[in-house]
Amino acid sequence: MIGGGNAALCAALTAREAGARVLLLEAAPRAWRGGNSAHVRNIRCMHDAPQDVLVEAYPEEEFWQDLLKVTGGLTDETLARIAIRASATCRPWLVRHGARFQPSLTGALHTARTNAFFLGGGKAMLNAYYRSAQRLGVRVRYEAPVERIDVQNRRFVAAWVRDERFVARACVLAAGGFESNREWLREAWGRNQWGEYPGDNFLIRGTRFNTGALLAFMLDIGADRIGDPSQSHMVAIDARAPLYDGGICTRIDCVSLGVVVNRDAERFYDEGEDFWPKRYAIWGRLVAQQRGQIAHSIIDAKAVGRFMPPVFPGVRADTLAGLARELHLDEARLVATVEQFNAACRGGKFDHTVLDDCRTEGIAPSKSHWARPIDTPPFFGYTVRPGVTFTYLGLKTGEDSAVRFGGVPSDNLFVAGEMMAGNVLGMGYAAGVGMTIGTAFGRIAGARAAAAAKGGGTKKELEDVAA
Amino acid sequence: MSPLDMQVEETEAARVLGICNACRYCEGFCAVFPATFRRLEFGPKDVHFLANLCHQCGACLHACQYAPPHEFSLNVPRAMARVRVKTWSEFAWPPALGRLYRRNGLVLSLALAATVAAFLALVMASSGSLWIVPDGGFYAVVSHEAMVGLFAPVFGWAVVALTIGVMRFWRSNPPGPSSAAAMREATADVLSLAYLGGGHGEGCNNSDDAFSLARRRFHHATFYGFMLCFAATSVATLYHYVGGMPAPYGFASLPKILGMSGGVLLVGGTAGLFWLNLTRDPLQGAPERKSMDLGFVALLGLTAASGLALALLGRLIALPLLLALHLGAVMALFATMPYSKFAHGVYRGAALVRWAVEKRRPNEVILADE
Ligand SMILES: Cc1cc2nc3c(=O)[nH]c(=O)nc-3n(C[C@H](O)[C@H](O)[C@H](O)COP(=O)(O)OP(=O)(O)OC[C@H]3O[C@@H](n4cnc5c(N)ncnc54)[C@H](O)[C@@H]3O)c2cc1C
Ligand code: SF4
Ligand code: SF4
Repeated sequence: MIGGGNAALCAALTAREAGARVLLLEAAPRAWRGGNSAHVRNIRCMHDAPQDVLVEAYPEEEFWQDLLKVTGGLTDETLARIAIRASATCRPWLVRHGARFQPSLTGALHTARTNAFFLGGGKAMLNAYYRSAQRLGVRVRYEAPVERIDVQNRRFVAAWVRDERFVARACVLAAGGFESNREWLREAWGRNQWGEYPGDNFLIRGTRFNTGALLAFMLDIGADRIGDPSQSHMVAIDARAPLYDGGICTRIDCVSLGVVVNRDAERFYDEGEDFWPKRYAIWGRLVAQQRGQIAHSIIDAKAVGRFMPPVFPGVRADTLAGLARELHLDEARLVATVEQFNAACRGGKFDHTVLDDCRTEGIAPSKSHWARPIDTPPFFGYTVRPGVTFTYLGLKTGEDSAVRFGGVPSDNLFVAGEMMAGNVLGMGYAAGVGMTIGTAFGRIAGARAAAAAKGGGTKKELEDVAA
Repeated sequence: MSPLDMQVEETEAARVLGICNACRYCEGFCAVFPATFRRLEFGPKDVHFLANLCHQCGACLHACQYAPPHEFSLNVPRAMARVRVKTWSEFAWPPALGRLYRRNGLVLSLALAATVAAFLALVMASSGSLWIVPDGGFYAVVSHEAMVGLFAPVFGWAVVALTIGVMRFWRSNPPGPSSAAAMREATADVLSLAYLGGGHGEGCNNSDDAFSLARRRFHHATFYGFMLCFAATSVATLYHYVGGMPAPYGFASLPKILGMSGGVLLVGGTAGLFWLNLTRDPLQGAPERKSMDLGFVALLGLTAASGLALALLGRLIALPLLLALHLGAVMALFATMPYSKFAHGVYRGAALVRWAVEKRRPNEVILADE
């Protein structure tokens, strides 16, 4: 198993349970083990009736329609449905390996029906999986980055960690995307009309270890690819977030309660287009397209206490001009932008829980909902930058989760997690789907790898996983 | 210094809770998180309340994506532990004695040494030997009147001082009117040590990220052992004054049964807690508090062990010596009670009541779904 996150652990545990001897090679040291999975909070699960922490029902078809919508059709229905169905039955297995769930967190109640939250988050989940792996006898090597493997006739032969060679009968690649590789991000995003390299200004929300070295190697040796390197999950996060591993807490959730301006103090997108949970994932890209890849979310006192508290306090001022100064924006322009916006606000009753009728008229871009004049001091500003969650470029695969070369699947080399999520997520995102995909294909890959290592014979495990 | 200053410890706790408030992953572990999420800012009053609500189970440290080596260096249990020592010392009454917390290890050892020495002198003076078992049992060594005369005022003082301290704590941040349901819930949480269960009932973390009920069990043994010993003393007092039956009591008597079983539980519980403390992940607590915790557990254990030894061996050998040891340990325990780790239970109880009341009140922070 190459990697140390959710997908790798699901594969390792499954393979070990199927009787294989398993070695897991994780690039990170122990303290940083687990990649982006250490930052997750939930997994999206289908269910036909209320199930422990999940309320009501979330049938397969609805899940599938949601995926279809967010990806704009850039998905593979067969693989998507495999992941969706597996999500209905995976939780008892996860619980057996120590994962614990809790009801939807306060402030995220809209997901009480669709998403099961890990008690303590992804790190607690991973700790449990590693403990289970240890109990079952999976061997784990930390600080073991694999940057090349030996492949002969589409068959995996060995993996290299520095100059140490690990021979195995089968292998699962679960080493994440390339989001922590700044060079690659720079290249993928190229140069914009102002001569900037937008990728240079991105922050990485997750691990620093997903450098994509193995992904690059695989593409080089001719593994089939899926997805576009510039596609990724990207949100607008506090510009003061650390370069890596800022995780969930750096997000800024007040966009729909105010206005967002770029560094020229101009608005550039409808802040009230739809409910924030449905829109938060487009703002990273929107900010990435602005000059300097920076923007400022501005609210007034009316919004305080109505959104998830941000991790760093906002810049605060009693006048808009003062706020502009603090944010290093042109005073006159910011004041003009806000006044123009304020004058365009129409309509009636502000209600953040519905698509209300507070909107603007006569300005572009308009704000379709929750538009209220920004006129009550103190004013607050949060400077944001694009924060990359994970990239979608990956290896093409199928129901067997095997790596393909020229359309032909390998019989002992498999791929799971972010490294293949692009098969299901061509673009867009629905909260919790990363874990749905990683868990399903991690377990399929693990079962297949065990079968390949033993020369077949684990049909039952395969059926269990795919059930 | 007033209890409500915002100083290093409170500022760090506020920083930590601010990050948790933006993250929320640990919501299900314990009451600290839901209580945190009802707030947007963390002033000193809130910080002191939340710190005493924390049972130091360690779950949120091992689960934290921002724990060291992350640059946020988030460590909730440590931040809370540091604030708690300040709560106890700064609300303590009389205030001047609150400072004893700072040098707790030293204070405990001095108190123990002094009280044991005093009792040694006393028993020597009355029986002339440390080893000979006098005919009249231990009242022949130290009279009942002398014991009551010495212990009642000290214990009374401890109870008064602790009560005043915890009342000051309570009044600094009153939660509003309480209800029977809230009191029931808080009582159950105290008696069951609900929050040493880790939210999933599998216990807390000790040396690593694995969960175990050991701490909860040993803590139960300690708590109920202490209560049984207390009950034994109370029953014996009743026997003495009301029933006209002075000690010593036989092995089948109620005070003996209560006392012996309490003593056994207390010895086992404190030994377990001591061992868990020694093997605990050093990140979990505040290193500078370790001696305070260990010292207190050791004193409690010594009190119980010397009591058991007295009850079992005292008729055969060295009664004066064992008696002096036991009385010295009990006296040191009582005398330092309001200024030692003992206080944690009382403040935690108050915090649990506050939480049970607060959670029944409407939440003032109404967040739009993010
Ligand atoms: C802040 C944040 C929050 C998220 N929240 C959610 C959520 O709530 N729900 C959800 O479904 N998804 C969420 N995601 C997405 C989710 O993290 C991923 O979809 C999922 O964790 C991918 O799992 P993985 O095992 O493929 O990758 P990772 O968990 O990233 O694991 C990759 C592993 O490979 C290792 N590795 C990298 N390169 C090498 C190499 N060359 N050799 C050996 N090992 C290597 C890494 O160290 C790491 O251990 C979130 C992501 C982030 C960043
Ligand atoms: S302890 Fe860490 S993971 Fe838990 S809520 Fe706080 S910041 Fe989040
Ligand atoms: S250490 Fe345990 S009791 Fe304290 S805040 Fe963390 S989870 Fe809650």
